[in-house]
Amino acid sequence: MHTTLRIRRFNPEHDQPSSYYQEYALEIDPSDSVLDGLIKIRETVDDSLTLRCSCRGAICGSCGMRINGHAALACKTKMASMASEGETIQVEPMNNMPVIKDLVTDMAPFWSKIRQVHPWLQPEGPPPTTEYTASSEAMSHLNGVMACIMCGVCVSDCTVLEVDHRFVGPAALAKAYRFVADPRDTSSKIRLDTLNQPGGMWDCTRCMECIQVCPKSVAPMDRIMSLRAKGLAAKVSSTCGSRHAEVFTDIIKHKGILDEPMLAVRTFGLKNVGRLMGMLPLVWQSVVKGKVPLSGPLHRPIPGIQQIQRLYKRVRSKQ
Amino acid sequence: MKYAFFPGCVSKGACPELYQSVMQVYPRLGIELEEMTTASCTGAGVLQEKDQRLGDVLNARTFALAEQQGLPIMTICSTCQGVMSQANHRLTTQLDYLQEINDILKQEGLEYRGGTTIKHFLWILLEDVGDEELREHITKPLGGIRAAPFYGCYIQRPTDALEFDHYPDRGKSLERIIEILGAEVVDFPGKTRCCGFPILTINEKNSLNMVATHTKDAKSHGADIMVTPCPLCHLNLDGMQTKAAHQENTVIDLPILHLPQLLGLAMGMDPKDLGLKRNIISPESVLAKMRI
Repeated sequence: MHTTLRIRRFNPEHDQPSSYYQEYALEIDPSDSVLDGLIKIRETVDDSLTLRCSCRGAICGSCGMRINGHAALACKTKMASMASEGETIQVEPMNNMPVIKDLVTDMAPFWSKIRQVHPWLQPEGPPPTTEYTASSEAMSHLNGVMACIMCGVCVSDCTVLEVDHRFVGPAALAKAYRFVADPRDTSSKIRLDTLNQPGGMWDCTRCMECIQVCPKSVAPMDRIMSLRAKGLAAKVSSTCGSRHAEVFTDIIKHKGILDEPMLAVRTFGLKNVGRLMGMLPLVWQSVVKGKVPLSGPLHRPIPGIQQIQRLYKRVRSKQ
Repeated sequence: MKYAFFPGCVSKGACPELYQSVMQVYPRLGIELEEMTTASCTGAGVLQEKDQRLGDVLNARTFALAEQQGLPIMTICSTCQGVMSQANHRLTTQLDYLQEINDILKQEGLEYRGGTTIKHFLWILLEDVGDEELREHITKPLGGIRAAPFYGCYIQRPTDALEFDHYPDRGKSLERIIEILGAEVVDFPGKTRCCGFPILTINEKNSLNMVATHTKDAKSHGADIMVTPCPLCHLNLDGMQTKAAHQENTVIDLPILHLPQLLGLAMGMDPKDLGLKRNIISPESVLAKMRI
């Protein structure tokens, strides 16, 4: 099979360093991974091509890079799955982190965010004489999140980090969940209070990019959703994020459908005059343009809302 | 082609022009709809932050109602589609869980047997109406119009719940529709990214930054308009665009059309009937280009 790898290059040692694309034509075997292709180029065509790799078996997490626009492990991605005969595969360094050279990124910001969530067990009381133990049953729900190999792929494709590098990010939040949900850890409330702050668990947009690209099915966004549920259950202090989820759930209980103006007003809070006033231009424009609810401005409840309310009650009673 | 129509909250709330435009176009395409007037909100992924099982109960109720109607569900919102697809995926792949949910539903005389299909209008156009039939209704092709697609996250990811393995063309369905309507597709990196709407009330600065990034990017790639199958994306990309431009100290002015609005124009319908006057960013420049 014939393909071309179009690789984004960057050499900081050039007089005026800037990134550019370079193409390499390759004859490949259908079983070859993108990493096989890159190593072949480095060993037979251009020994200046720089990349990071180690295990070649999706264990070490070293070879994260963007392949045709999405982050992935190069060793786990078959070239034949990315292009048909004669087509080009684009390979770029991971996003949302500085590039050191060619396909090698600086992971220091990644590790800094991981450290930010205190990724170690914080149990209470004097240390036991042996290990801190827990039953298999109590830990099995963490198997998925503990499969994380810290490759940075989820961070690369995070849509929030693209616009705000202060966001703690999907990998660190998944790691935070791993300890919040650990039955031996006694710092869960403190951890959740910290994650309740700006840049924490409520800043995720739920875009699911991290779920889609994670090579180990860690599903970081699902862990973020679980952190939010645990935060609400633990009654973290009221923020726009926590109120948004609480108010939304309450509106559906009483109306069956969403009442957007009420959601905004109750999320901001009546005392938040600045945010409420900030809505006025859009409200005015919407009224002028006739963007008013078809059921009237007060959003009437759906027919049979009592059934929804009974279901709410029944779900709560089974918790 | 008959469906149980799930309009979603926003098409009857903050984006009535979406409901208006889909009501105009569907009868001409050989589609029949029975609106699900007693169905609840899907939870939009927000209710699920508090209690995913509650969300699955509400959606299983909707699926059971569709089973009673004997019809597949048609959605017109990427978020409704994605949340329902994810709920259906959980319910139909974990039978113990489906039983647990049905135990909650049974006191209401409801049971979900796992047989409901949920399809967005975008997919119905290609998979059920079909290219050839659709082309027959295009009386005013959008030649000369450069349209940027914007999907909405929930109709792109996760691909297993959205059955991309069985329907690999779903990932490029919006581009395909734009081509069929006679417009030119403007490809740009942000087309499958997040519009920022879910964090609008939580982190407005980041949300507006996403709006500005994607609309400016589409425009710099030459787009006259952007088209979306998601009313939540529309609320942010259209409704918040002026504020986003102000935050970036720039002017963007990119009209954002709902999918059935663009389809209706290509079917020769009056912009007024498609609710185009309700769009916050005026589409007048594009209508002039189309000589409407």
